[in-house]
Amino acid sequence: MTVLQVAVLVAVAVGGGAVVVAPNALRQALVLGIYGLALTMLFFVFQDPDVALSEIVVSTVGLPVMVLLALRKVHHQEGEREEDSS
Amino acid sequence: MSFLPFAVAAWLFVAGLYGVISSDNLVRTIVSLTVVQSSTYVLLLGVGYVKGGKAAIFADIPQVSSAVDPVVQVLVLTDIVIEATVTGLLLALAVQAHKRFGSLDPNDLRALRD
Amino acid sequence: MSRGVRLALFGVAGAGFAAVLVIGMTGLPDFGSYHGVYGQIIDGIGVTVRHGTDLITALNFDIRGFDTLGEEFILFASVLGIVLILRQLGGERHQPHQEESDEHHFAGASEALRALALALIPSVIAVGVYIVVHGQITPGGGFQGGVILAAAPLAMFIAGRYMRMRVIAPHLVIELGDVIGAAGYALVGLSGLVFVGIFFKNSLPLGIPGHLLSGGQMDVASVFVGLEVSGAFLVAWTHFLDQALLIRSGKQS
Repeated sequence: MTVLQVAVLVAVAVGGGAVVVAPNALRQALVLGIYGLALTMLFFVFQDPDVALSEIVVSTVGLPVMVLLALRKVHHQEGEREEDSS
Repeated sequence: MSFLPFAVAAWLFVAGLYGVISSDNLVRTIVSLTVVQSSTYVLLLGVGYVKGGKAAIFADIPQVSSAVDPVVQVLVLTDIVIEATVTGLLLALAVQAHKRFGSLDPNDLRALRD
Repeated sequence: MSRGVRLALFGVAGAGFAAVLVIGMTGLPDFGSYHGVYGQIIDGIGVTVRHGTDLITALNFDIRGFDTLGEEFILFASVLGIVLILRQLGGERHQPHQEESDEHHFAGASEALRALALALIPSVIAVGVYIVVHGQITPGGGFQGGVILAAAPLAMFIAGRYMRMRVIAPHLVIELGDVIGAAGYALVGLSGLVFVGIFFKNSLPLGIPGHLLSGGQMDVASVFVGLEVSGAFLVAWTHFLDQALLIRSGKQS
């Protein structure tokens, strides 16, 4: 195993842990994007450019857009509830 | 050292499960679930890697060179794209649950218990 | 169950599970010493029999095309689920918040960001199309290129003009793209059944490896998958965007 592979594997392990312990859902969505970049590099050093290409677009655009919009919708709904109750 | 990729896969699986179980927010649960899923990518690609092998793309390398296993790569490739839309489906369910119960905390979803 | 009890239970179960997982994985071949026959055969003869130089695409759309059909319909079904769950319910109204929909802008978003986002659209489309149609030669293919193509109209939203994004990518068009892609891929499989007698067996001329029109059905399948994936992502995103920006609770005022 090359030094590069070990380094990227460690980065992925740290990144996965960071996603799980991120303090709130918004931060988590951002950390998820960085974790996706670590995974992209891992696929690259595992000689896997096709999968890396797929991961980089999904993790930087595909997923965060949906997570952030879901959080925004929830935020709006909470505002509406407060209006209703007041 | 040759066990490291599999150890990382196991770590990601367990860490993701911890996120799912400790979460008090459905969106957090869903994001942690994607970490669980990514552990399968690390495992599959770790199994398919050949020492010194090149990517299985013979556009500019001779066809006799040793290459990594393309079969596991195909499994991971399609799964990454599909995982994103399945996660979208779960997020849609979470939005709908919030609409109905006014909370993203799984403990507040009373109607599911009764 | 309280959070403490849950975590305590997970502490016990998770430790046991991790131990079993690690014991099980020690039985795997050492990293880098893989000897799977299927992969080695494909590596050895793939280019000769399929005339595509990217064997991952060859596997995806030709040799294991039937498997991809199943994956594709998971994609289709989950997007259908998003459409159903995030539809406008009774008791909800469609109200564009003026500052959010037509001219909404993010805090700190400058005119330069808007201009850049708009200028990005054509180049993103060019990259997406390139990756879709060159899938059989270099890394790429319908799945990767499809997501990139879907990101092009999204730049309109980044530029702060979601209503314009709905104009250049209307619901009907992206839904049609999704449906045509899914149906087209199944038809590629059926063409094998009709012309060669085997589902998903290549029935098109193979061409010269390395040329744009090589690899037989791979290119056609790649284009259909690209269409479906970009349609699927756009349908999912626009439904989330509608929910976040347009749909509000309460009757039409």
